[in-house]
Amino acid sequence: MPTDEIKDIAIAEQQLARNGQQRQYVNELTTLNLGPTHPATHGIFQNVLQMDGERIVSGVQTIGYIHRAFEKIAERRPFYQITTLTDRMNYCSSPINNFGWHMTVEKLLGVTVPKRAQYMRVILMELARISDHLICNSILGVDTGAFTGFLYVFQKREDIYEIYEEICGARLTTNMGRVGGMERDFTPTAIHKIREFLRTFPPVMREFESLFNRNRIFMDRVIDVGAITAERALNYGFTGPNLRAAGVDYDVRAMNPYSSYEDFDFDIPVGHNGDTYDRYMVRNGEIWESLKIIGQALENLPEGPYHADAPEYYLPPKVDVYRNMEALIYHFKIVMGEIEAPVGEVYHAVEGGNGELGFYLVSDGGRTPYRLKFRRPCFIFYQALPEMVKGATLSDAIVMMSSLNVIAGELDA
Amino acid sequence: MNAKLLTPAYALLTTKIMITNQEIAEDLVGKFGESAIFNAVEQYGLLQVETTTAHIVPVIEYLYQHPTFKFQFLTDLAGIHFPDAKGKELGVIYHLHSLENNVRLIIKLYVPIENPVVPTLVNQYACANWMEREAYDFFGLDFEGHPNLIRILNVEDMDYFPMRKEYPLEDATREDKIDALFGR
Repeated sequence: MPTDEIKDIAIAEQQLARNGQQRQYVNELTTLNLGPTHPATHGIFQNVLQMDGERIVSGVQTIGYIHRAFEKIAERRPFYQITTLTDRMNYCSSPINNFGWHMTVEKLLGVTVPKRAQYMRVILMELARISDHLICNSILGVDTGAFTGFLYVFQKREDIYEIYEEICGARLTTNMGRVGGMERDFTPTAIHKIREFLRTFPPVMREFESLFNRNRIFMDRVIDVGAITAERALNYGFTGPNLRAAGVDYDVRAMNPYSSYEDFDFDIPVGHNGDTYDRYMVRNGEIWESLKIIGQALENLPEGPYHADAPEYYLPPKVDVYRNMEALIYHFKIVMGEIEAPVGEVYHAVEGGNGELGFYLVSDGGRTPYRLKFRRPCFIFYQALPEMVKGATLSDAIVMMSSLNVIAGELDA
Repeated sequence: MNAKLLTPAYALLTTKIMITNQEIAEDLVGKFGESAIFNAVEQYGLLQVETTTAHIVPVIEYLYQHPTFKFQFLTDLAGIHFPDAKGKELGVIYHLHSLENNVRLIIKLYVPIENPVVPTLVNQYACANWMEREAYDFFGLDFEGHPNLIRILNVEDMDYFPMRKEYPLEDATREDKIDALFGR
């Protein structure tokens, strides 16, 4: 037996002893292929697990099954065409990715976005966060055997997608907004739909929470499962709800406020143990906080333009393109990607659905980025899974993966 | 900022020690000398310094254990390729974050493409494992001391490093997309 395997078995034995259990089989491990396409893993991940009976001794991950080379493609595309790449990363909360990218480019160009557009972005980003967390938490319920909650909240997620549809015409890969602001103002229907959502969502959320939060079966399945200490989580580069569940109050919205987040009053929920239950509760708490932010932003939505006055970067209205020479020239230059950016390097981070989503953009003054690196939170924290699953049962491993909210598109970029 | 707190174990939002980029740069140059820390610039409020492969591990250790700086979070690690910079073709860009002070820092180092050996940071940051594998996968950076330096996102039998600039994205044999038509 290789030395690594002996070491793994020793660690697993220690973990089992802590639960008052013993290893069942001596020197006889089963190899289990969990994935690449397994219904319980919600995406294409492969985990080769060494099993000792029902207990996991070690796990090796294989990723990259849907790698689409976004960073390479981005080196050939003008800035506005990269937005469509970003919303294919975390497709559960694509508006956050879109606006994160727009804000990065605006930082490079030195464009200031009007308050109204910033508030509109905040509303959409928080709606996206709600839909992202709803998916994660309700699927966690499905993975523990409770299907009902999932059906309840997916109706409300559908409402969020209808709001997206009203605002940008798309539902999943939204391509929302432009560099310099939003592509159009909120229509009265959009405002109405958001108000309706704020009115009808809380009762559904309360019902969902009453189904799970103090449910004995659910609690037994998730408490003390997949716990990670704050020190290990920081060392593994955790961010977002997974880090906050371990007790670190790091939130990009509060630490480095962007898009006027400093104007809003909201709490940052944190956990204590960093286990699956804490991650679930932190996400639920964040949904309530997001609702608070949306309410404040909608009530205080400033009047004014919804995009910056930056004609060389912001696509002019179609009416002007046909009647106005200057607008036609800018339209042509922007669409053909002839607008050159200043030389510089910029890093901009936003609080994505599951952590710090960063964009590191190196511009050499050309029409495309010289180098673009996406800091994808999933890619960074998913490498902690082998450490977390050691000594757990197979069903616990499924719950851990589910509660970490690993999104295949973001993992592989 | 009026975000309130619910008893976190690490209360980052309440502890505010203000340190400036100037202080960090001066401290680093004072400690390691100008031959180890050079080309310090500030772009968009973010301090960037350059170092060498010989100094990267001591610099990182120093910043990690520094009593006030505490750069204990590795945000990201990016590779980069400059084909025209002779002897400094490949670069590694470390994004560090001091969560307690809320200050970010970029450390860069460049290595020749013939011998792109960089010391690994896996011993300091567990998250460096996959980040370095990704940089190896796409740029061929050889992280010395890495426990498992194999390809991560690309197929295992790939025999080149696709993010290097000599590999064009589009099919070079296509005739219908002439650069002149697109003003390139």
